[in-house]
Amino acid sequence: MSTNQSAANHRFGDTIPPLLYEISRSGRRAVRLPESDVPSTRLPAELLRDDHDELRLPEVSEQDVVRHFTRLSHANMAIDTTFYPLGSCTMKYNPKVNEAVASHSGFASHHPLATTDDSQGSLAVMYRLQHMLAEIAGFSQVSLQPAAGAQGELTGILMIRAYHESRGDTRRRKILVPDSAHGTNPATVTMAGYEAVEIPSDAEGNVDLGALREACGDDVAGLMITNPNTAGLFERNIEAVVDAVHGCGGLVYGDGANFNAILGIVRPGDLGIDVMHFNLHKTFSTPHGGGGPGAGPVGANETLADFLPGPIVGMSQPSPDASDDGSDDSRYEFVSPAQSIGRLRSFHGNFGMLLRAYAYILLHGADGLRAISENAVINANYLRHLTRDVFPAKFDRTCMHEFVSVGSRYEGVSTMDIAKRLLDYGYHAPTVYFPLIVKDALMVEPTESENRETLELFAEALALVAREAGNDPDLLHEAPLTTPRRRLDEVAAVRNLVLRYEPV
Amino acid sequence: MTFDANVRYQDSHEWARKDGDLVVVGISDYAQDSLGDVVYVELPETGTSKAKTEAFGVVESVKAASDVYMPVSGEIVEVNGELEENPATVNESPFEAGWLVKIKPSDPAEIDGLMDAAAYEEFTKGLDD
Amino acid sequence: MAYIGNTDDDRSIMLKAMGLEQMDDLFGDIPGDKRYPGLDLPSARSELELLRETDELGRRNGSNGAVKSFVGAGAYDHFIPSVVPFLSGRGEYATAYTPYQAEASQGTVQTIFEYQSMMADLLGMDVVNASHYDGATAVAEAAIMAVRCTRDRDSVVLSGTLHPEYLEVAATYLRPQGIAMNIVGRPAGSGESGPDLETLEQQIDESTACVIVQNPDFLGRLHDLRGFAERVHARGALLVLHVDPIATALLSSPGAMGADIVTGEGQSLGIPLSFGGPYLGLFAARKKLVRKMPGRLAGQTVDAEGNRGFVLTLNTREQHIRREKATSNICTNQGLMALRAAIYLASMGPEGLKEVANLSYQKAHYAAALLDKLDGCSVNLGDETTFFKEFVLHVPIAAETLVTRCRAMGVVPGLPLSRYYPGRPQELLVAVTETSSRADIEELASVVLEVIQSAKSEVKA
Repeated sequence: MSTNQSAANHRFGDTIPPLLYEISRSGRRAVRLPESDVPSTRLPAELLRDDHDELRLPEVSEQDVVRHFTRLSHANMAIDTTFYPLGSCTMKYNPKVNEAVASHSGFASHHPLATTDDSQGSLAVMYRLQHMLAEIAGFSQVSLQPAAGAQGELTGILMIRAYHESRGDTRRRKILVPDSAHGTNPATVTMAGYEAVEIPSDAEGNVDLGALREACGDDVAGLMITNPNTAGLFERNIEAVVDAVHGCGGLVYGDGANFNAILGIVRPGDLGIDVMHFNLHKTFSTPHGGGGPGAGPVGANETLADFLPGPIVGMSQPSPDASDDGSDDSRYEFVSPAQSIGRLRSFHGNFGMLLRAYAYILLHGADGLRAISENAVINANYLRHLTRDVFPAKFDRTCMHEFVSVGSRYEGVSTMDIAKRLLDYGYHAPTVYFPLIVKDALMVEPTESENRETLELFAEALALVAREAGNDPDLLHEAPLTTPRRRLDEVAAVRNLVLRYEPV
Repeated sequence: MTFDANVRYQDSHEWARKDGDLVVVGISDYAQDSLGDVVYVELPETGTSKAKTEAFGVVESVKAASDVYMPVSGEIVEVNGELEENPATVNESPFEAGWLVKIKPSDPAEIDGLMDAAAYEEFTKGLDD
Repeated sequence: MAYIGNTDDDRSIMLKAMGLEQMDDLFGDIPGDKRYPGLDLPSARSELELLRETDELGRRNGSNGAVKSFVGAGAYDHFIPSVVPFLSGRGEYATAYTPYQAEASQGTVQTIFEYQSMMADLLGMDVVNASHYDGATAVAEAAIMAVRCTRDRDSVVLSGTLHPEYLEVAATYLRPQGIAMNIVGRPAGSGESGPDLETLEQQIDESTACVIVQNPDFLGRLHDLRGFAERVHARGALLVLHVDPIATALLSSPGAMGADIVTGEGQSLGIPLSFGGPYLGLFAARKKLVRKMPGRLAGQTVDAEGNRGFVLTLNTREQHIRREKATSNICTNQGLMALRAAIYLASMGPEGLKEVANLSYQKAHYAAALLDKLDGCSVNLGDETTFFKEFVLHVPIAAETLVTRCRAMGVVPGLPLSRYYPGRPQELLVAVTETSSRADIEELASVVLEVIQSAKSEVKA
């Protein structure tokens, strides 16, 4: 195993540095702290680390740290460097003004337990964001507390559970989940103490209405539905689906993962969805951050609003001249919904993410939001059109913000091979092997921030890869050839688990 | 693809073979091939009793985790401890060294209700579409 | 539109290529009567207008330099070296996603591996994930994991001196899963100090999967945990320790104390206060428990040419594969926050981190000594002998009043404990870190004194 630590293989453009531990030298350091300026108090020796428990961390200079993480950053593909059509993840451009707003010291340095008087700026942002999200999705109230989409899902199902229990209805133990759903949906159902029941999809990629109606009964607490669904398709029968579940006394949870397709186009609340989470890192451009942090506010209609997790922000003194321009002098404070399911995390939610989403919505306004979805949808359809010969979409119908093809249509070449080869052409790969309803799926989501030329170039790259798949499958098995590391052995990683640095 | 004629199969891809009073159980060559490189096998404690079609363990590759189900009802009397160190044995020798558990069947006749190799091969053909 | 790539021409060309006439042709699947609802939202702002408005809102918060705050209670004002925001702000990190394609994401995966390594060393544990939202959810997931690890045990014992919000979050998570919570010795009344370790130990029965203890506890006090893990294990339960990562630089590591699962709030490690989030839930376990652990894990491997690289591993524990049988529904890693913590730990190094811990300890003790001397004030440690960077101060007037009056003089002297324990109206939780100078601390004491004295003279008058 090589870690590239000799002059002979030191190259410009080698983006993978040794581990910090491997360049550590005793006595080096990056940060100096002030000397203590207070009288000394003895630390109780019996509570301290002993010689067998010495603190080991890398010892490096500030320049070492900067070079390390700067070089390493070059080993990432990212929205800021390349087209990143990772389906279901909405890898749209993140406006930089969001970061400027979030790093304002008035927000960034503000303690979560500061007094209400001292927190009026943050509370105003939260109050307004609650209202804006409720308006955009058609709900009566929003809680900003959930820290991520998955936590938003848990929130929604716990609210449904609390609703049934508040009515003394404890027979309902099942949550219906379409087989096209994200894995988080059934996992959430289990965490909420319910049983997940899978509902099949029909030949057009929609929920199989007959199977759904059959599954509906007085033991069903609700349905989790993603619309547009994970195949990028709008549920044509959405109103019938909702009616079927409501008809048996269940409630409908909307997974907002794909909300980017329908801003200003249709409101989930208007379609009868009772409760839904928003993925601020998808739809509202907060950074994906290599996997997080996200934020997963939850909106609910009248039926469920009282069960939202608290605290939420209320207005205790409406200003007579309250306006939307940030200059009102209303007073805001935290309140708890009447039958709240309780707290999902400490403090008040991922405020830094909420602030970025607030900025993003203000940058767009109503027309701008609709334009986002229109462009996300036209881009996906145009790309679907451009790739129709080499990777035709599984469902031959107008898609929403993404579409799903089959990646294994060339003999001897897998979806994974196609994905890896795309990396060589400088593109991040689409999502692979999801959704599960399409075998060997290749799921492409271009987002609204890409322009036509980018889509056309990417379609060309897909055509080139398809040609290679036909002519030279071995080339694809070898791919990627040009990335900082060649194909990585996932089997070896599990069979010989190394989850932390160990000195040789 | 091997369809060992000396064992019986059920549709969740486990095989069962009589071994004296016991029934030896593993997963089929077809199952190990579709799963890919096996990296972990989770097996029950000996002494536990389970009914036919109840899950008794998990066989994992890097991309999938498959529950494995009892082909016959009975008590688990022995598990293949080798697999903890070398789970790849399930890939290399699914019908011999890669066996999973030995069961003391509560109804010795139950095994006869399983598919024979020809029927199972036919069954797997229907799955590949 | 600033953030949309296409021009009107582009859209016409694309529609034409697809044989469509207008944008609306793309939305035929959406019920016509519900289409284009028209949203009542503020008008679109330019970047300049937005910055002006948000600056005004930011200024409305009283967190500008003129106010010195001694509030902690789970979120602390520790120094953040300049390299942390500088490096973590890079778009290559911020605008990448979960490293599903490891070959195009080594920056993120190697960073997570390095975070796991440093955090494992700090905590004295084998395996660390980078997935949890905050300390509270890490505690809740640790309890669920403990139940998964111990067959047939489905209840947990929690010390009453865990952060009250963590107990609330644990209830939200555990109740629906049928996991019983035994919260022992909530210090709800004036001067109460919560359970001692012996009391916690005695609560363990054959249904107890784990005991969860916070150290330093919510009231700031340090517990002598030597031998406790052995006593918990002897009763068949696991020990979950929730720690302050800064304190851990000096104190015996949770691993050395025999903990099976360790959680913590990572905000102190280079993450801004930001009104409560995003933060970072620390989560570590013994290697033998790794398959029961939730969250993403980065592991070392080799590429096709034999070079070292890193991938997400043990994925079969997770929701995208195991679905309803997953160890958790958690989907993200807390990547950007773990990156900040990794940069912070590397920049501090072992000596720097110990200095941060020591300075916080020294300054907190100096503050406690000054405040304890004030008329009518006393530091209350209950049964314990010492604290780390935070302590309870009994004050002679309502703590709420004291805070309001001190705030008017530019100091927030701490958090009234009545926020969490209404039965403790005259106690303040005071936190001090290395960011406070001696002058800040002396000002704190003089402002508190002045407010107390003027309150007394009001009573006399």
